[in-house]
Parts: sequence; C-alpha cells; structure tokens
Amino acid sequence: MSGLIKEPEVGGFSFENCKRNEYLMTKGGFTVPKAIKTGTTIAGVIFKDGVVLGADTRATDGNIVAEKNCHKIHYIAPNIYCCGAGTAADTEYTTRMVASQLELHRLNSGRQVRVVSANRLLRQYLFRYQGHVSAALVLGGVDINGPYLGSIHPHGSSDRLPYVTMGSGSLAAMAVFEDRYKPDMSEEEAKELVADGIRAGIFNDLGSGSNVDLCVITKDRAEMIRPYHVANERGVKQGNYLYKRETTQVLKKFEKKVHYEVMSTNVKEIRPAAETMEIA
Amino acid sequence: MEHPKQQTQNPMVTGTSVLGIQFDGGVLIAADLLGSYGSMAQMRQLQRVFKVNEKTVIGASGDYSDYQFLLEKIMQKVNQDNCLNDGYVYKPKQLFSWCTRVLYNRRSNFDPLWNRLVIAGLENEQPFLGCVDLLGNAYQAPCMATGYGNYLAVPIMREFLEKHNNRITEAQARDVIDRCMKLLYYRDGRAYDKYSIAIVTREGSRVEECKELQTNWSVASQISSYD
Repeated sequence: MSGLIKEPEVGGFSFENCKRNEYLMTKGGFTVPKAIKTGTTIAGVIFKDGVVLGADTRATDGNIVAEKNCHKIHYIAPNIYCCGAGTAADTEYTTRMVASQLELHRLNSGRQVRVVSANRLLRQYLFRYQGHVSAALVLGGVDINGPYLGSIHPHGSSDRLPYVTMGSGSLAAMAVFEDRYKPDMSEEEAKELVADGIRAGIFNDLGSGSNVDLCVITKDRAEMIRPYHVANERGVKQGNYLYKRETTQVLKKFEKKVHYEVMSTNVKEIRPAAETMEIA
Repeated sequence: MEHPKQQTQNPMVTGTSVLGIQFDGGVLIAADLLGSYGSMAQMRQLQRVFKVNEKTVIGASGDYSDYQFLLEKIMQKVNQDNCLNDGYVYKPKQLFSWCTRVLYNRRSNFDPLWNRLVIAGLENEQPFLGCVDLLGNAYQAPCMATGYGNYLAVPIMREFLEKHNNRITEAQARDVIDRCMKLLYYRDGRAYDKYSIAIVTREGSRVEECKELQTNWSVASQISSYD
C-alpha cells in the first residue's frame, strides 16, 4: 500500500526535534533564526462558476518588510490553490508537501483531485502539530462536486464558507465582504470584491502591503493573476545624486597597459573523497 | 500583609465601539445600546452617546462607570456655562483638550479612566471629530472608531470618504454608519443590533431615538459542514 499516501505515523505527536532545538538554543550556542511571518491579508470568495482567491504580497520580519513582492497563493493541484498566512516557511512547505502527496494520489487514482482531500490532509497535519506549525490557510478549488472554499486554522480546524479571510488584515477584508458579498456573482464582480477586500487590508493593516494577487479557479481553468493590482508604486526620486561628467575638470587622459608575468603553473588532480561508499 | 496601594483597575461594565464620521455641514457619532458585564449582555438600553450642548456631543467605549463620572464633571461645567449666561459655551475642541488633559493626568497617576472617548461637534462652523483614549492618546480624523470598530468599520468608512473626496452628505453619512454598525454586529462578539446616533449640524445637536439594524442572515443557507 506504500506510494498511495504516506504511512500514518505511530505513537501520536512527533516532537522529536523540539528537544534538539532546546539543546541548541541553550547549550549549543546556536541563535535561533527569526521566523519570517507573512503579516498578510488573504481572502477568498465563491462566485457563480467557481472561486476567486486573493492575497497581498508583503512578508514581514518583526517590524521590517522582509519581502515586498512575495508569493502567497500556493499551487496544490491543477484545480486547487491555497493562500497562506502565518510563518512563511510553514505555509510554503506545508502546501508543497500536501501538493506532492496529492500528485501521487492523483496518479494512483487516475481522477481529478478533490478539494476535500487537500482539506483533510492539511487539517490532519496541522492538528498533529498542535498549532506549532503556524499556517493559517485559505483553500479554494473546483472539483466534481462544484466550487469549494474553506479556511484552515493553525490548530487544525476548518470552516467551509462562501467567503473567508485570514491573516492580520482579515478583519478589514471581512468588513468589505460582509458589506458587499452577494451569492452568484459574476467573475468580474467577484474579482473586484476580493481585490477590494485585499486593498482594505493593504491600506489599513500594517502587516499587509504592496500589491494584490488573485487566482481565479473555475471548472475549466485556474488562472494566477500576479499582480492583479499594483496598489503601491515606488515613488520617483526627486533629486539626482550622480555628478555629471566633467564636474571635476579632466586635465589629461592616457592609457597604459598593465604588464604581468606568469610565475608558475600548477596542475592538480581532483580526487574523490578518501573513503569510498560501500554498496553492500 | 500590607499590600502597596493599587489603583489600576479592570473595566467592569463596558461598552463596545463608538463610530464617528464627518459630513458636509456637521458630524455624527453612533454607539450601540449594550453594556456588557464581561461576556454577559447585561444592559441593553445603555445610552453611550450624549449631548453636551448645542455644539458638542460625546460618546465613549470602555468602562461605563468611568464614563458616567466624566460626564458628571462635564455637565457641571456646562451648568456653570448656563449660569454665567454670557453667550460662551464649551466648544468641541475645548472639551477635547480638557478631556485629553484629564485622561493623561489620571494615567500618569496609574489610575486611568478606562475609556476611549469620541468628541464631536462644530467648531467655528467646521466639523470637528476627535478621539482620546485611556492613555491620553488624542487625535482628530474625518472618520474614526473605537474598539473593534477600528478594524472593521474604519476601512469601510475610509474607503467611502476617499471615494467621495472627503465630502459626503448627511444621508450618505447615516448610510455608512448603518452599514458599519451592521458589520460590527456581525463580527464583534460584544455588539448589539440596536444603536443610537448623536448628530451635530448647524441647527444644533441632538441624540436621536434608537435604531434597529436590518440584518441579513441568508448566507446561512450556504453553510453546511466544516469539510
């Protein structure tokens, strides 16, 4: 049965690396790298023919913007995409892991992946780590059962809803959705609504910023629009700090060739490592 | 054992967000009618917006007893004004400045009045809207909210004001406030669906009778499972 889905681990929670981390932090002289969080506004909305997912593009490292144009809408399957908020590495690797598991599943079953499978795998993984994997996700896709949109919290709970928001800017985006969502919107209306929600997060939340990315998933296609809207353009510098040529008066120009002599040549053979691998 | 003198409190009966917005020719503030006792919705007819005089209104979120205390002090000053009867009344900016100093002084003595006040009115025919919190942080803005309103209502109000270049009519202001109070009722766990408005225009100021929100729960039919 191996190759279908990873064998379930025995013995409950796998916290083996925690002891090692403790040791490294206290006695190992190792400075723990600060997690880059995606401050974030992520959101999704179901419309008549499918799902629209949206995200901002700012990744923060404490109070500094670590990346101005990071990618928060992750690929899970051709018909499923997932936005991630929380610790950037956690969202990236969790979604990648589930994407690879689902690819194997798809090849084994020969059928289009269902979004509930992605949901279940993500939920069960996050619950197993009791919230220590800090990934808050907005999962959206279209499968044989129709459009699907849900949110998954870091502790492993999920909600299936017609519109969801996550991240530090979630309240601002949710305010926009509660104000203006209506069922059975057209694709353009849905895109504008999600973009409005993300923009509310970008301009009213300090953890979100830069541009709006969208992903539109319907029965026939999944389209990543990156960026959908460049909400913050870099300002044009008002002054030019370069000095014009000839500011310092040039008195004389000349060219001189630099002579060099070859002192010695050395030929060295690249040898493989001393011990050879033993193939028993 | 003798404990050192402690004065920092925890708020007891609290009010949630107060919203305020400027419009052409005036300003209005709104607050729901709920006084929460922790997570219990204890008092459902609590007026949290108040008319000070014909030019000023005040609203507060946070501890209700601290707000009542402050209001008494303010009304004493207004009564003095009326007794003197020299044509001068407390204008919103004066009241705002006074409240800021009182609140900052209290917090500097580790005995804060646990409130976030919104003071609104017409200052020399210009709309004035200011907010002071328990730390003494004071600022003015064309639209503001306290508590959860900051996260939920302010994005909507700002977007609306920006779209109309900061000039909106009274009817538009009422509409935005109604939408925002609805949002708060949907997403704030300590909000209520009845609210009252205090409005200041060139004709004077008044606290209007309470309004009930028309909420829409039709989205419930689309929610079935968690999966």
